[in-house]
Amino acid sequence: MAYAAGVDVGSTQTKAVVLNERREIVSRALIDTGANVVLAAENAFAEAMRSGDLRDEEVEYIVGTGYGRYRVTFGDTQITEISCHGRGAVHMFPNTRTVVDMGGQDTKAIRVNPTGEVLDFCMNDKCAAGTGRFLGAAASALEIPLGELGQVALRAEKPVKISTTCTVFAESEVVSWLGKGKKIEDILLGVHQSIVSRSLGLMRRVGIEREVTFTGGVTRNIGVVTVLNSMLGFSVNVSEESHYMGALGAALFAMDRIQARRSPAEVVAEKG
Amino acid sequence: MTYTAGIDVGSTYTKAVILDEANAPAGRALVKTGFRLAEAASKALQQALDQASLAQTDLAYIATTGYGRYQVAFRNVHVTDLTAAARGAHWLFPGTRTILDVGGQTMKASRLDDTSRVKSFRLNDKCAAGTGAFLEKTAHYMGFNTEEIGPLAATSKTAVPISGVCAVFAESEVINCLSQGNSPADIMHGAIVSLVDRSVQLMKRVQMEPEITLIGGILRFETMARVVREKLKMDVNVPEGELVQFVSALGAALLARHRLNKLNEQGVAIGIESDLEPVP
Repeated sequence: MAYAAGVDVGSTQTKAVVLNERREIVSRALIDTGANVVLAAENAFAEAMRSGDLRDEEVEYIVGTGYGRYRVTFGDTQITEISCHGRGAVHMFPNTRTVVDMGGQDTKAIRVNPTGEVLDFCMNDKCAAGTGRFLGAAASALEIPLGELGQVALRAEKPVKISTTCTVFAESEVVSWLGKGKKIEDILLGVHQSIVSRSLGLMRRVGIEREVTFTGGVTRNIGVVTVLNSMLGFSVNVSEESHYMGALGAALFAMDRIQARRSPAEVVAEKG
Repeated sequence: MTYTAGIDVGSTYTKAVILDEANAPAGRALVKTGFRLAEAASKALQQALDQASLAQTDLAYIATTGYGRYQVAFRNVHVTDLTAAARGAHWLFPGTRTILDVGGQTMKASRLDDTSRVKSFRLNDKCAAGTGAFLEKTAHYMGFNTEEIGPLAATSKTAVPISGVCAVFAESEVINCLSQGNSPADIMHGAIVSLVDRSVQLMKRVQMEPEITLIGGILRFETMARVVREKLKMDVNVPEGELVQFVSALGAALLARHRLNKLNEQGVAIGIESDLEPVP
């Protein structure tokens, strides 16, 4: 049995996924990227090996992706995270036509065809507003663990309208709303609505076609998922694997390469 | 003797200036704004009164300006920051035709006619990368506080290029620069250069003309004015010392006097003109 791996080195977290030849996930790992990107890639891969009880040499092909993909020194090749998220999303949810990926420092909207090829994309990586960092700033200003942010927001009755765009200014706006006696949950729902409306703007620029699959680290925030569903008027696809979608897509591309080597008839054109 | 006061309730600091009948400075004070804007205004005014050995009853007219100007219940009138800054800058440097005002959370460029009327202006209050907050964040990422920005940057000879795109993303850029062995002073200098690049863009959009007068809290860091001079290859006016932070408050106090004289001429009782903007 040959295995393929994808390592997605994101700005905030590094993810690794290992697939078997039936393209089933046999192992995955998630660690904080930290300052040493090369080490983060190595550690995530090693962690995936440990948890899947695999040896390095059993993995025939490794694809690196994410902003740190060129620092995956043990990788066989690199593919952009845009292609990988599209590929992974269509694999998990075959009817996916639009992908919205919200990570720690960027947000992307991607339109794909039925085979997962990227038709168009749009991204925000120049401004922290509308990225996971915006939630992180609110969490630290309100002293709530990032993992609980979404649940708290969903208890809101009257969301506060966050008027500032910039993450730096929003942090002080959040504190000033607290000072004016607004409830934490109402402020937080406003924060969630603000980040979702920014990502909707990005999605509209590539065209929102159903089904929409939500990927990236922010998918773990139930508040963002709920607000996104209600603003879109329908439910987005989201699963346990959403956080790993880039790494999964990379592993799928890696498996393509392995199988292409074996039987040229099964060559799957690579759209990296 | 009657006095007038101008209070500039800014995003970061609140400044108060008291002038006598001849528009000579009698007192001034600066306090942190915080989230209680009215309280900050009272506190700044009280400190300025104390410095001038005056009581609030000595003040015949009070004008407020800055983003918190509407929150000050004891004002007689409010004026926009642009009008106040124009009047203050013109008073200090009568040749002023362009003003760059860099504050904690805003950056404004305006062009004036020869009577200190604002002809055109552009402002950024949407993105921290083009305001003093960018320098503050950069300093904090390196473990320095705001007051250390000036002395730190002053020791630098060469600026490290800093992209200045986002004050949040600057954190990883700053950490990278430090890990590559750059000194905090050179990084701070680089952050100032990037802020100056943005200011020059803003001034170009109002068709800047000399003389250029720089005002606002961020100009207390002397490197800022030096880099502006280098970039524009011309001299610019900078009010001396701490006065650079008080120009809008000064302008408001001058406008208060102007208004008061006008009301007295017309024999109109002085009250609260909360919805009026004084005629310059």
